[in-house]
Amino acid sequence: MLSPESLKKIDHEIAKYPIDKKQSAVMSALAIAQDEKGWLANETMNFVAKYLGMPPIAVYEVATFYNMYNLEPLGEYKITVCTNLPCALSGGNDVANYVKKKLSIGFNQTTADGKFTLKEGECMGACGDAPVLLVNNKRMCSFMTNDMIDQLLEELSK
Amino acid sequence: MINIEIDGQQVSVPKGGTVMDGAKELGIYIPHFCYHKKLSIAANCRMCLVQVEKAPKPLPACATPVMEGMKVFTRSDQAITAQKGVMEFLLINHPLDCPICDQGGECQLQDLAVGYGAGQSRYTEAKRVVVNKNFGPLISTDMTRCIHCTRCVRFGQEIAGIMELGMAGRGEHAEILSFVGNSVDSELSGNMIDLCPVGALVSKPFRYSARTWELSRRKSISPHCGLGSNLVVQVKHNRVMRVLPRENEAINECWLSDKDRFSYEGLNSEDRLTKPMIKRDSQWQECDWQDALEFAVHGIKTVKEKYGAGKIGALTSPHSTIEELYLLQKLIRALGSENIDHRLRQSDFRLDSQLQGIPWLGTSIAAISELKSVLIVGSTLRKDHPLIAQRIRQAVKRGLQLNIVNPIGDDLLTDVTNEVIVAPNALVTTMAEILKAVTVIKNLQVADELKEVISAVKVTDIAHKIATSLLQENPAAIYLGNMAQHHPDYTDILVLVQHIAEAAEAQFGMLGEAANSLGAYLAGAVPGQVESAGLNAAQMLGNDLKRTSAPCQGYILMNMEPEYDSHNSQQALKVLKDAEFVISMSSYKGTASTYADVILPIAPFTETSGTYINTEGRVQSFNGVVSPLGETRPAWKVLRVLGNLLEFNGFDYEASEQVRAEIIPEEKDINGRLNNKLKSFVISVTDQSNTNLQRIGEVPIYQSDPIVRRAESLQVTSDAATPRAWMCSALLDKLNISAGDKVKVKQDQGEARLYAACDDRLPPDCVRVVSAHSDTIALGAMFGEILVEKL
Repeated sequence: MLSPESLKKIDHEIAKYPIDKKQSAVMSALAIAQDEKGWLANETMNFVAKYLGMPPIAVYEVATFYNMYNLEPLGEYKITVCTNLPCALSGGNDVANYVKKKLSIGFNQTTADGKFTLKEGECMGACGDAPVLLVNNKRMCSFMTNDMIDQLLEELSK
Repeated sequence: MINIEIDGQQVSVPKGGTVMDGAKELGIYIPHFCYHKKLSIAANCRMCLVQVEKAPKPLPACATPVMEGMKVFTRSDQAITAQKGVMEFLLINHPLDCPICDQGGECQLQDLAVGYGAGQSRYTEAKRVVVNKNFGPLISTDMTRCIHCTRCVRFGQEIAGIMELGMAGRGEHAEILSFVGNSVDSELSGNMIDLCPVGALVSKPFRYSARTWELSRRKSISPHCGLGSNLVVQVKHNRVMRVLPRENEAINECWLSDKDRFSYEGLNSEDRLTKPMIKRDSQWQECDWQDALEFAVHGIKTVKEKYGAGKIGALTSPHSTIEELYLLQKLIRALGSENIDHRLRQSDFRLDSQLQGIPWLGTSIAAISELKSVLIVGSTLRKDHPLIAQRIRQAVKRGLQLNIVNPIGDDLLTDVTNEVIVAPNALVTTMAEILKAVTVIKNLQVADELKEVISAVKVTDIAHKIATSLLQENPAAIYLGNMAQHHPDYTDILVLVQHIAEAAEAQFGMLGEAANSLGAYLAGAVPGQVESAGLNAAQMLGNDLKRTSAPCQGYILMNMEPEYDSHNSQQALKVLKDAEFVISMSSYKGTASTYADVILPIAPFTETSGTYINTEGRVQSFNGVVSPLGETRPAWKVLRVLGNLLEFNGFDYEASEQVRAEIIPEEKDINGRLNNKLKSFVISVTDQSNTNLQRIGEVPIYQSDPIVRRAESLQVTSDAATPRAWMCSALLDKLNISAGDKVKVKQDQGEARLYAACDDRLPPDCVRVVSAHSDTIALGAMFGEILVEKL
């Protein structure tokens, strides 16, 4: 189901907790699985559940609670724009609208070429850098302007 | 103890207790939804907010630990305002569909909304709607009504032992669901319906059939497993509409297994008999009671004259009441026969002459919760005794060591300390190993009659561990499950268990298979031992091939369907078809017309008064809750009239209480008669060189008795799935079969066609094929040699 490298990473996470508390590693295990697969299919969650010895529904609870877990296939790049209050006051909605216009998609939609998916995000803990957006859960882009968005999209389009 | 004050009243609460505990002690009601005494504390509904002196804001009573000198106000302005605020939020998304909601009238939200809700809502925005889920044939959902108390989730995790429901999503989008639309398959799932404080989870079979206030509530006792769960049977228009638990901490606590809860559907089955029937000149015809009883009496008299009283036998289900069992044995003994038995699925009767008393659980049911070590031998525990399994699950959390010796490796949904999974014919050896381990550890002398067996076995590592667990952890107990009791070496297993228990100073006993497994002994529904030995069930049904004498010519069957209720269904049917005259007293038509000559419709437990004695020896009487269907009559009345027609003395009862008084006179304590110990018994060394395939033929959970077999909703649960031939992968490989292949399973002269399936927890060379199922009744004994061929 998952590659030996991913399993090794998960084992590394499991080792951080007491032997009978394997399920503490569920969030990292899901993130590692998602890195490999791009999204979390039911089978993937089922596998993680078995691997950590927990009920599948308990894994599903975690996966549905956090926004960063993708429960459906997405484009190559997931762009998450924060629209919570501090970002919104600093132009978060404008950033979102600009990305929408630029890619001709709305929130939760994927471009026809399968390159980009746009998501509405919640506070990323970087209000001082507002407006912020996140690429594939890992790359934080701060103080976003239209020019910077053009640049970013061009870079990613290559 | 910590002293606190609630609403001006002093109360002492143990350290670690909560404000809610104190309030309950004082009888002060604090409104709540998510709190439940048997579940962990979630504190997520916030309904129990109370004012606590010196606390800056209201605190949830269910999750606030008591502290010395704490002053709590449950009805102060602050508390009431907080509770009303919580209620307003709960009602924001709750639909106003009480008029069409099954929970209406018994809904905690409805009740509390009367006290804490506003007359009008200030909320004008859109309400959220949540799609309904399919949780299987027992639980119906209306998820928009859910208030997210998570009682159902916690029940699964903590009581049922398997988390099947969870709360997915977050905030506004949170909803209760199962993983990828799975059904809820726990054998205790119906309790989630009781726990749900709103109408989100309701009973599917009961849905839209009555309003709760139209139902009359009547007390009764469950007729299924040996536990004797206390029931509230709810009735409308003389029809049983629903069954709920009646709390009894010593037996079923506040729970009920799905079998006890939903089997009532079988009472209203199409297959119910409503008129007596007789077979005249090979033609079945309905008739009145007078004709039927005269026909029956004539038939029995003819058999007696022709073949002698010794050729008349009575077989009864242990699900009958003691009054019925007592009158049946009285009738058969008055006829001059000692042939009566209720142990229809038992195959080894060598212990009969050795019994010192009535076999029973050996401890009280409540005592199971206090055990520190337990050994369960031969049991499909979760399916046969769901609530005993639940008790053990809770005890394991408190440190009970659970040891298992079983032919199957089913998941008990709890931690098992030591487990031995062996083929049925190796059970005796395994028990001998444990006994040897106990004697070695304690340096004891082995009883003479066991020397041969003990010297033939070696102490294995696991046997040593189980022995150590039983010896070191006190109190300890050993229980024999249904499979052990049906096992062909039951006596040997029991003798070994007795010696292990004596050496380890542990209790031992049987997990009662049926509601009256114990009561039937007390009522005398067992073959005579003293003067003239009567035939036991196996002999009457021709299972005991060693015996030369032919079984009976005349049979009286009570509540029994031979193809499902006997150890060897194939043999039982054949014997009854060959018999000259068979009276079947039954609530159902079934297939009685193929072997019987008279069919008398008798009342199930809801239509007669009677008494069950549960596996711990607790005598529980009940009244009929509805009047008998059609011309059905309570069996004790039928037997009384049969006695009168046969002109026997002592059949002039006017009430079932008189019969009961004859069986258990008030002053007589039955506990003195309960004893599991056998007199000395030499056990034989079993031959294990036999390498033929063996059958493991347990009774499926929803096939155990005539009522549950007709409960439609239970029959479509996953526990009632089509039987398969389960084998471990090594055996599948050996036979060149893959899981999913159709195979022919042969036993004696019978065969069945089933799909093969793989279960690597089964011992090698064993095929698990359930008995008591229409797909497998053509097969023979529950245990024994079996053949599997690929089709």
